[in-house]
Amino acid sequence: MNKIIKYVLYDIIRNKIIVAYTLFLLLLSIGLFNLGGSPDKGLLSLLNLVLLTVPLISIVFGTTHFYNSYEFMELLVSQPIRRSKIFMSEYLGVSLSLSAAFMIGVGVPVLLFAPGATGLYLVLTGVFITFIFVALAFLASVITRDKAKGIGIALLLWFYFALIYDGLVLFILYSFGDYPLEYATLVLTALNPVDLGRVLVLLNLDVSAMMGYTGALYKSIFGSLWGIGIAFAVMVLWVLVPVLASRRIFKRRDM
Amino acid sequence: MKNLSKKIVVWTACTLVLLLTSLQAVGGTLKVCTNCTYTSVKQAVSQAKAGDVVLVDGGVYLESGIEITQPIRLIGQNNPVIDSNNSGQIITVSSDNVTIQGFTLQNVATSYTRDDAAIRVRQQNNIQILDNTILKTYYGIYLQYSNGIVIKGNVVKGENVGRTESSLGNAIHVYYTDDVQIIGNEVQGHRDGIYLETVKNSTVERNLSHQNSRYGLHFMFSDGNAYTHNIFRKNGAGVAVMYTTNVRMEHNVFEDNWGAASYGLLLKEINNSVIYNNTFRRNTTGIHMESSSRLDFRNNDFERNGWAIKLMTTCIQDTFRLNNFTGNSFDISTNGNAQHNHFEHNYWEKYSGYDLDKNGVGDVPYRPVSLYSMLIERVPPSVMLMRSFMVDLLDNMERVLPSIIPQNLVDERPLMKKVNHDNNREFVQVLRQAASAP
Repeated sequence: MNKIIKYVLYDIIRNKIIVAYTLFLLLLSIGLFNLGGSPDKGLLSLLNLVLLTVPLISIVFGTTHFYNSYEFMELLVSQPIRRSKIFMSEYLGVSLSLSAAFMIGVGVPVLLFAPGATGLYLVLTGVFITFIFVALAFLASVITRDKAKGIGIALLLWFYFALIYDGLVLFILYSFGDYPLEYATLVLTALNPVDLGRVLVLLNLDVSAMMGYTGALYKSIFGSLWGIGIAFAVMVLWVLVPVLASRRIFKRRDM
Repeated sequence: MKNLSKKIVVWTACTLVLLLTSLQAVGGTLKVCTNCTYTSVKQAVSQAKAGDVVLVDGGVYLESGIEITQPIRLIGQNNPVIDSNNSGQIITVSSDNVTIQGFTLQNVATSYTRDDAAIRVRQQNNIQILDNTILKTYYGIYLQYSNGIVIKGNVVKGENVGRTESSLGNAIHVYYTDDVQIIGNEVQGHRDGIYLETVKNSTVERNLSHQNSRYGLHFMFSDGNAYTHNIFRKNGAGVAVMYTTNVRMEHNVFEDNWGAASYGLLLKEINNSVIYNNTFRRNTTGIHMESSSRLDFRNNDFERNGWAIKLMTTCIQDTFRLNNFTGNSFDISTNGNAQHNHFEHNYWEKYSGYDLDKNGVGDVPYRPVSLYSMLIERVPPSVMLMRSFMVDLLDNMERVLPSIIPQNLVDERPLMKKVNHDNNREFVQVLRQAASAP
């Protein structure tokens, strides 16, 4: 398995896109930290950026990579290697390289300009989101063999998590505004990793004072180590569910 | 020669008489120190006659319950300390025309039934409380039913860490008293920094009120007062003022009142008042106003607040002119569609319009209320979407085609450049001419 991961990593690095992605993140983070004035402000702008671009790039890169290395996978399948091993190596190869890019591109500037718990949460959130969206990309790719269709599904998934979901939540909250929705929003937050990551980081910035009763409730839950543990456990679930589902499909389907 | 000596005699006689009479007016001096005739302040004060000066030399006096019944001046020299040692009230003033100056008064225990203070004035006129340091007391300076008071240059410092609001007193507490001047004091660590209830024709000037558990300044039913050049910083809930008309607030700074229930300035039923040249910086809510009408806001700076102004629909006929709004998460938020307030010539950092005729005034109106701020006001849980991309998108759409945000809450003439309050006279004149021209 390690050997396959190594080959996948070689392949990705040769491809240069990952280098461009790293440089892009690095430039943006350094730029935002220098523009923003206070490190907190820089973190806030960086958060918005991370939550928009990282999912998009992870999901697009994941899907295209999966389709592009189809022949390689076919070759491997003809060897005495278990399919789940092949799949997991591909998955880990892509998500590890993308999160390494993220760690260099965002993690290093955060460490330099705004070290602390909030920065750590931001980087952790980014890494988790990378893993989650690569998993979703692979899910989209194993569902259909048509490349265009696969990328379409992947983009739709991104669109859903980054935009449509928040719109839906807004609609739900607005329609049921007369009911106590504090705990409902908690569940709604957990149902979208992007929102979950955003709330986690925001609560650690002083913006949390603005969030009123809901914010206080969130803070009492996410503020404790226990709550943060649960939040990251939910993130792990968000990684595991699509990965296991797509591995299952990959194992059973006809190449 | 004879004439001259006669003159000299007359002159000396005159001066002597004058000196004597003036001495009579000043009265005697009673000294208090460890090896003087008086070794306790209480003793000296009880012996003093009207017009006397009680001069207390440096040292620590373990005393409480000093009652001033004559118009005297109680002066501390070389910083004497009167320590109540957690017994009762230190000084009670029961006479007109009293001055208390230059003491350190400390350690008055919490007393729920008596409200013990370091200095209490009850039903007296013309009292001066100057340059004292008051430490660790329940109430600091407590005035009731009095008139013509000067409180100047005092430092009142309490300890409120880990104590509940109800077990704390106010630093300067004024009740039913007119013509009070509270100038240049520093108050901290009490429940309210400066508390005024039914206080008329008074001035609160150049004070620093910070780190109090509740409000930095709190007044009710106190008409016709002026609050200028004060700094209110890091108070538990900021500044709250209620049920008052004809107030002048100028050149104050409200800053760092940051917390879930904090306001820079909370206005409730304040009418016919002016709020000029103040700075609101890093407050969760810069100004929260309800049921307040005919207020004039001019030349204020709102910087980096969560909400610069929360304007409830119960407010009418308020005017906002020449204010700067920079770096606030939300500039204005409101809770309904009805709007009867007027915004004109403010600078909004978020304004993205243009100015074709280059007169410094934007050609497109600016709507300072965002859709999302309305939404939060109506459905508080929607705060979970704060800084979501979707929300930004919706806000921008709503700005182009307003449907939910109040139509009338609009600045028709937003400024293109930040107002420089110090030398903006020329610019204001230009604006005035432009406004009156057509």
